Amino acid sequence: MSKKKYGALKTFFIVLMLIFMYAPIIVLIFYSFNESRTMANWGGFSLKWYAALLKDRDIMEALKVTLSVAVLSSLAATVLGTTAAIGINSMKKRSRSLIMSATNLPVINPDLVTGVSLMFMFSLLAVPQGYTRLLLAHITFNIPYVILSVLPKLRQTSDLYYEAALDLGATPSYALRKVILPQIMPGILSGAILAFTLSLDDFVVSFFAQQGAQNLSIYIYALARRGINPKINALSAILFVVVLTLLLTVNLMGGRDSEEYKQARRLKAERKAQKRARKAR
Amino acid sequence: MKRKYYAIPYTVWMLVLIVAPMLLILYYAFTGQADGVFTLENIRAALDPLYLKVLGRSVWLALIATVICFALGYPIAYILSRMSGRKAAILSMLFIVPMWMNFLLRTYAWMTLLDTNGLINQLVTSLGMKRLQLMNTQGAVVVGMVYNYLPFMILPIYNILQKMPRSNIEAAQDLGANGFQVFTRVVFPLSLPGVISGITMVFVPTITTFAISRLLGGSQFMLYGDLIETQFISIGQANGGWNVGAALSCIMMVLVLLCMAVTNRFDKGGEGGTLL
Repeated sequence: MSKKKYGALKTFFIVLMLIFMYAPIIVLIFYSFNESRTMANWGGFSLKWYAALLKDRDIMEALKVTLSVAVLSSLAATVLGTTAAIGINSMKKRSRSLIMSATNLPVINPDLVTGVSLMFMFSLLAVPQGYTRLLLAHITFNIPYVILSVLPKLRQTSDLYYEAALDLGATPSYALRKVILPQIMPGILSGAILAFTLSLDDFVVSFFAQQGAQNLSIYIYALARRGINPKINALSAILFVVVLTLLLTVNLMGGRDSEEYKQARRLKAERKAQKRARKAR
Repeated sequence: MKRKYYAIPYTVWMLVLIVAPMLLILYYAFTGQADGVFTLENIRAALDPLYLKVLGRSVWLALIATVICFALGYPIAYILSRMSGRKAAILSMLFIVPMWMNFLLRTYAWMTLLDTNGLINQLVTSLGMKRLQLMNTQGAVVVGMVYNYLPFMILPIYNILQKMPRSNIEAAQDLGANGFQVFTRVVFPLSLPGVISGITMVFVPTITTFAISRLLGGSQFMLYGDLIETQFISIGQANGGWNVGAALSCIMMVLVLLCMAVTNRFDKGGEGGTLL
């Protein structure tokens, strides 16, 4: 096969796969603007499903639950996970590997097992059903991910700066805040973002652990089992746009700090300067 | 304060909400519902031939989905890893974006495509052919699995291929290997850790899923996850559902751990997939 043909084939394949990834979402969004209830016919452009969505108390309640659990659980998991990682990092090898294997449990275990095990524990401890259970469950499965993203950053930090700070009269906790924390900040942030998205996305653990409070996943599951519902389409469209904007902003912000981006900017500026110089001549 | 004490709050949390709940599963699996006395009855009930058949179907469908994910994901990862930095970054992000949508919405999206009145059937009928039965088939379940977990296959493979030094390939070429040999002897073996973590990241969730099979497979294609859900939610604690469900969960856990043990033997570098 000639090189050109091979290149065309590669492009074709990637485009095909992107269609596979996006076609369902685009169709979903497209039909959220459909006046008619069924997908069998196109009844004209309409925003009525969006209006219906905003008026639907249950969905709005579920959305509130999902967002507040995502915010609270990722915050709590970030604090607990970061302090845990700092502690674990200074432990002896044996106790460290013991804690880490327990920490890995929710990561490697199927979600279903995690959910079921939490359901047992919550009913044993008589934790109030609903929101409290949901929140505790989400914090629990989020902490390991925060620890796993902070620990590698801690390993990279050198103790020299910390000791220098102590020599210069900082108290250990002050040095920790001013020296260690800034160095591991990227790990903490990516752990927090990961925790937030995992919480937003979770269905299985919530399904078993909560009993009472409905988050969005559980609500959609109940609704979708009864068939296609244009309100879900509208909800998906909104969520997709929100996620896309969030992701693009985070990536653009991250990209601005990266060396590659700076270099590209420098090159661009240089080229512009050259062009201007040529024009001036 | 010594720094290792910082881990105390988490350690308490972990013992109460990670370690103890796991032990509770074992407790429920091996005790009777009424008396709480040790028994193997739940395990025996969980090994019922009917349940084993469901287990077999779950493993089979998860295997098919994993193989398809690999067959599609590896070429994608490979092509992306050979692209220039900026293009690869944008394209790999495009493959990740759908993953950030809610898992149930992604599955629901396929309902709108595969439905009797869905887009595919509209195309089919407009071409003058008969409507296809797409929903409530095994194929629909597999498509749902592949769609949901394909990014988990692409990412770890892409990460490892991207980090692979070009000099490895050049060295092989200098030594007279052709394109095919470079791939089979150098690139693929070096990417194995990524492949392994991709396979685990697809296989484990697909074997335990229950929402995908419920939404796309109707009630015909019960998977192991559905079975466990039924025990806990429909049959319930009072009728011994918690005990049998716990036993089923134990069997699944053993199965998953076995898979991980096998794959971990290949994965010496411990190259995990990152989601961000």
